[in-house]
Amino acid sequence: MVVELGHFALILALMVALVQATLPLWGAQRGDPRLMALAGPAAGLQLLLVGASFAALMWAFVVSDFSLAVVVANSHTAKPLLYKISGVWGNHEGSLLLWVLILAVYGAAVAVFGGGLPDRLRARVLAVQGLIGVAFMAFLLFTSNPFWRLATPPLNGQDLNPLLQDPGLAFHPPFLYLGYVGLSMAFSFAVAALIEGRVDAAWGRWVRPWTLAAWIFLTIGIALGSWWAYYELGWGGFWFWDPVENASFMPWLLAAALLHSSIVVEKRESLKAWTILLAILAFGFSLIGTFLVRSGVITSVHAFANDPERGVFILMILGVFTGGALLLFAARAGTMESRGVFSLVSRESALVANNILLSVSAFVVFIGTIWPLVGTMLLGRDLSVGEPFFNAAFSPFMVALAVILPPGAMLAWKRGSIERSLRGLVPALVLALALGALAFAMQTGRSALGPVGLALGAWVVFGALTDLWARTGREAVAARFARLSRLPRADWGKATAHMGLGVTIFAVAAMNAWKIEDIRVVQEGESFPLGAYEVRLDRVEEVQGPNYVSTMGTMTVTRGGALVAVLNPEKRVYPVAGMPTTEAAIDYGLVRDLYLVLGDRQKSGGWAVRSYIEPFANWLWAGAFLMALGGGLSLSDRRYRVAAGARKVPVGVPAE
Amino acid sequence: MRRSAKRRWADCPPYFLALFLMLSPAWAVQPDEMLADPGLEARARAISRDIRCPVCQGETIDDSNAPIARDLRIIIRERLVAGDSDQAVIDYVVARYGEGVLFNPPAEGANLILWLAGPVLLVAGIGVAMAAARRRVAPEASLSAEEELRLREILKE
Repeated sequence: MVVELGHFALILALMVALVQATLPLWGAQRGDPRLMALAGPAAGLQLLLVGASFAALMWAFVVSDFSLAVVVANSHTAKPLLYKISGVWGNHEGSLLLWVLILAVYGAAVAVFGGGLPDRLRARVLAVQGLIGVAFMAFLLFTSNPFWRLATPPLNGQDLNPLLQDPGLAFHPPFLYLGYVGLSMAFSFAVAALIEGRVDAAWGRWVRPWTLAAWIFLTIGIALGSWWAYYELGWGGFWFWDPVENASFMPWLLAAALLHSSIVVEKRESLKAWTILLAILAFGFSLIGTFLVRSGVITSVHAFANDPERGVFILMILGVFTGGALLLFAARAGTMESRGVFSLVSRESALVANNILLSVSAFVVFIGTIWPLVGTMLLGRDLSVGEPFFNAAFSPFMVALAVILPPGAMLAWKRGSIERSLRGLVPALVLALALGALAFAMQTGRSALGPVGLALGAWVVFGALTDLWARTGREAVAARFARLSRLPRADWGKATAHMGLGVTIFAVAAMNAWKIEDIRVVQEGESFPLGAYEVRLDRVEEVQGPNYVSTMGTMTVTRGGALVAVLNPEKRVYPVAGMPTTEAAIDYGLVRDLYLVLGDRQKSGGWAVRSYIEPFANWLWAGAFLMALGGGLSLSDRRYRVAAGARKVPVGVPAE
Repeated sequence: MRRSAKRRWADCPPYFLALFLMLSPAWAVQPDEMLADPGLEARARAISRDIRCPVCQGETIDDSNAPIARDLRIIIRERLVAGDSDQAVIDYVVARYGEGVLFNPPAEGANLILWLAGPVLLVAGIGVAMAAARRRVAPEASLSAEEELRLREILKE
């Protein structure tokens, strides 16, 4: 009964979305306030209905209703409650329902917080939002209905893929979707602005918080996924340039570009057409990501050909929305005149450079991701693109970005002086180079990657600190410290996010350059050296878990005789899913993680053991966290709260 | 998930779900495969990090635990021990398993598009930005009547 109600609520939500997508749009065109006023309540109702539908599916998972096909395929009575709940979105149908739910949340958020928006713009934004909802709910109901019943329910389910039964991954999809779908807001605003034919500073100010929120969620979602891969997959890798990862990385890069270009729209009324285009592309890439992941076209062209229904549907959604928006853009972009004039050396130009680097790098990721597809379909060749390509073709853009970031961030608006912004950065530069040189001197016979990464990361971090310090004025040091706490949150946000990028760059380089690996056969009771540590395999035993059987090793790590950690790497077998997993044992540390993996028992007796020292692994997550925190600080800045409530937005922001 | 999905996991874990990552836990390089000579072993590892496991979409043979990946790792080591150069080993593998195993597609032929797309777009982007900047620096037109009105409104506030 509950399931049928959920099903029914979803169908009703589709109807409401149809109304939301059409009548307010028509009303905005004709200037009919009654029709326009329909948009807000419709968005609220849609959230209510989709929410009810989602709750119904969640209920089915929690009580293990095995008359539902989705529950049978992805759940089991013995599964812990957390994973019963996360199982809701651990599959195609449920994850799409989550997609639609989040879309409805954003729509309702505009209805609630969008009081300051002009009525027409608000009606149009909500209508576009409704249109996206119509497309995805139709997709859900017609090709991927999660409420499908089975005529003869089995006694128990097939369990969720054990790799996904993990706290890190339980929350990874919702964050990613909050990010993907959040970009639909920028898209809706862009399309609404194109229909209006007007983009101004106020528009930039309205779009930025939504993009910022989406970007924060994407950052967290990607970091969670990367962290999960790091500890779960058992070889300490954190990024694989896997098509599915790339699908989330491309929108992240474009959202970062969009964040920066909308600053220019907001402060300088320039780069309007480009910002609109970027908003369309960012959401377009979210849809492409959804298509790549959901259609299975990347894993296997044949899988797609055998079951093209879903893939073709998403491709249609992609074509209609991106194509339609781009057509609209082509027709209307001419009207988006820029007002702000700026010289070649200015903050605006630096942000343009940032945008070029970010969007071209996103494109490199894109072409690398689809190249195997191009090879099969157009060239008739079997081609692969992997890490070596991305390292060579993508990394230079990030290096360039890091090099220009500190001076660019300190340039004055409109007309700046490279000399002046560089002069302030001399201490940062010296410090960064000194650190790089120190690292180079300390390591022997290794690649230059580590020292260069350190210098680059330090340059960005110290550059961000210099920028923050420069904002405190020119008075005595004590007064400047006092002013530091009174700086706008946006300034703190900018500095924090930039520092996060620097820390991330350093950590990526360090993990690639300074990782220590050891693979060997170890007898129980035997010890072996690992870097400066001594590792002993004490014993291996069988342990019964709630829904798995574990082969658990006990390993003692010492350093100079002193105990560092006792770790329990495991190999698990989930009998229901018939799948083994490795559970690496990790001793987290400030400057290194000790990472131990238990392999198979050898014929000679003894066990295969893989051990790693992962340098600065925690810095990677810290860097991602700082980026997200910076975004959050910026989002909480007073200006947005004021802008959200006020009908009249101050025009003419002074050039800083 | 489709009902056949479960079987697919068993064959080749990377295909499972295709949800957010297509990877599987890897046992990969086993101690018994490794060469005693650390120099040769390092070369073998470097080569196998650029070779895709022929039956798994997104994994290198260095990371994969598929039997064929293990065979390839052993073949690479045998060739190295026999005295082949790195390139000769790679050619040997490509000759048997096709160019699809190369994770690092050589920058030649149609692959040039892949390699040059980024740099070309970068140059184009810089060009467009420069052109736009030059246009923008051109003297600003005076305010339109409508803007004049808006300005007066603002000043009044």
